[in-house]
Amino acid sequence: MARMTMIQAIRSAMDVAMARDDNVVVFGEDVGFFGGVFRCTQGLQEKYGKHRCFDTPINESGIVGAAVGMAAYGKRPCVEIQFADYMYPGYDQLVQDAARMRYRSGGQFESPLVVRMPTGGGIFGGVNHSQSPEALFAHVAGLKTVIPSNPYDAKGLLIASIEDEDPVMFLEPKRLYNGPFDGHHDRPVTPWSKHALGEVPEDYYTVPLGKAAIRREGAEVTMLVYGTMVYVAEAAAEEAGVDAEIIDLRTLLPLDMEAIEKSVQKTGRCVIVHEATRTCGYGAELAAIVAENCFYHLESPVVRVTGWDTPYPHAHEWDYFPGPARVGAALKKVMEKA
Amino acid sequence: MMRELAYRLIRVLDAEGRAVGPWAPEISEEALREGLRDMLKVRAYDTRMTMAQRQGKTSFYMQALGEEAIACAFARALRPGDMHFPTYRQQGLLIANGCPVVRLMNQIYSNTEDPLQGRQMPVFYSERDYGYFSISGNLASQYIQAVGWAMAQAMDGKDGLSVGWIGEGATAESDFYSAMLFASTYRPPVILNIVNNQWAISSRESLARGSSPTFAARGVGFGLPALRVDGNDYLAVYAAAKWAAERARAGLGPTAIEFLTYRTGAHSTSDDPSAYRPKNDSEAWPLGDPVDRLKQHLIAQDIWTEERHAQAVAEIDIEIAEAQKQAEKNGTLHDGPHSSPATMFEDVYKEMPLHLRRQRQEAGV
Repeated sequence: MARMTMIQAIRSAMDVAMARDDNVVVFGEDVGFFGGVFRCTQGLQEKYGKHRCFDTPINESGIVGAAVGMAAYGKRPCVEIQFADYMYPGYDQLVQDAARMRYRSGGQFESPLVVRMPTGGGIFGGVNHSQSPEALFAHVAGLKTVIPSNPYDAKGLLIASIEDEDPVMFLEPKRLYNGPFDGHHDRPVTPWSKHALGEVPEDYYTVPLGKAAIRREGAEVTMLVYGTMVYVAEAAAEEAGVDAEIIDLRTLLPLDMEAIEKSVQKTGRCVIVHEATRTCGYGAELAAIVAENCFYHLESPVVRVTGWDTPYPHAHEWDYFPGPARVGAALKKVMEKA
Repeated sequence: MMRELAYRLIRVLDAEGRAVGPWAPEISEEALREGLRDMLKVRAYDTRMTMAQRQGKTSFYMQALGEEAIACAFARALRPGDMHFPTYRQQGLLIANGCPVVRLMNQIYSNTEDPLQGRQMPVFYSERDYGYFSISGNLASQYIQAVGWAMAQAMDGKDGLSVGWIGEGATAESDFYSAMLFASTYRPPVILNIVNNQWAISSRESLARGSSPTFAARGVGFGLPALRVDGNDYLAVYAAAKWAAERARAGLGPTAIEFLTYRTGAHSTSDDPSAYRPKNDSEAWPLGDPVDRLKQHLIAQDIWTEERHAQAVAEIDIEIAEAQKQAEKNGTLHDGPHSSPATMFEDVYKEMPLHLRRQRQEAGV
């Protein structure tokens, strides 16, 4: 075991995967010599050579399109989009080609590729460096969408994603790269070295896609969260004094529906938190699943706490971010309705 | 000067059907007759399937009338194992590569033997064993994928190559530029073909070309060797393909080729060209008909006659008609039978996730 940040864990996952399988290739903007703007690919080019880890021109449809061609040939590309906000030029390739390749070709061609991208805000990234586009991926039949919340999961999920036979969108909450963050932006930053999930094996292991993790067991309310919101939920439940069951979804698609249903049927209440905008956000799907499958167990209406339906503002970042105060208020609200 | 080839026109067959000039390829008499038969087969197949659509046996069809030489000659110039990333108008690749016509018809009819299980619109074939990549309806995305495939092949040290195909209208898409740039930067063994058939549904080629004199000139802008070739000249297409393939296999990198041709038929069975172009427009096309020109060449060489030609046309028509009968035994789109609706839920993911298993149950299939 070693102490790792999420950046180091992600790098270790690619290192392990590249060492095990010559077909794994890593590329994207600035990922080669420089090692990526967040340093996730640092040292990989030096270790595996320029044919396995290389820089690309600033062209996301080219990055994803080339990856689709390579994956169809038999490679396992793990590409980086510098910020999730930059993925839109590559979206056509993902939706129309990667996601449908096996289906439309009757299984003759497949698209086993991973698109890594830093997601979310809380770093003063403003409108174009803070977005959380996970619902745009989860909506697409044929894609898988993964969002880890800690270094241990990040490494295990990324190795599992690289080995997966389907195209995987791997969203890395950039506010979590260097430590867990509970939304108290005015307090000192906690590093991963002080967190249990910063303990990461140096060798190969996987965390399976499609399995949620219960971060806190509780009896009064189920909190459905992923990425940065895991820590916001923990802080809010603690501060509100509510016995919450906190479920870290880890994978949005395939979704661990059974874990959700089991928990809500037990607690009878549900609060959903995500940083992305609300309308047609992933929380809408979660709320619908809860309504369809747990309605007669509910003691109060399902509540969503999300980013507002606005672009992500720069100066007003903390008014936008669904922090512990707003999440705590939602917890109190669902408890009052009892 | 290499770059002039992007602005001139490479031709081999002259007005009398003689193979002349520096591009005249070495090609056997048998290969020439095969080439002619390939084109006749594509034409007969297209005629039958267009008629089948008119008869309500399927939803849609796209013919390659007038452009047959490009795909047919190109396929014959390459090797098994090379991968084409085609558009919807390169059925000639499949036929010249020996894909059974009945297999293609099963796809057109979405019947029980359709290799794609009724999932794709007619002509959106996928034939890996015949070097034919899965067709997508969002134009141009295959172009950069061809470059990615070639990069992967080069990484493995293989001498195979890939071919990106695009229509002149779709060169306006940004994926066209992504492909040209990645090809230019990494120099993998890829050939980037632009089929300029003058029409993108109803709009003229100049709309996508802009102020540039030719489409081949796009390649010049990326520092790629670029050729502009008479696409209705079977020998010129064959020679250009051989040249580009040899370069790619020798490790010299990509080539861009514009093929000049004319879309004699409609864009698809869903449009009527008389609404947007003069009725006799195709007759004014100066580069002639590819079948007539190759036939003239064979006759001029004394290796073919009008009688043999008429006989070949009749034989091929019988062959295609028999394939059609066989395919229709497996079903047609409107009358069925089709694959089971349960197959709708398969191949979305390698393993079916819980939500799809639940939906399949809900669908009751």
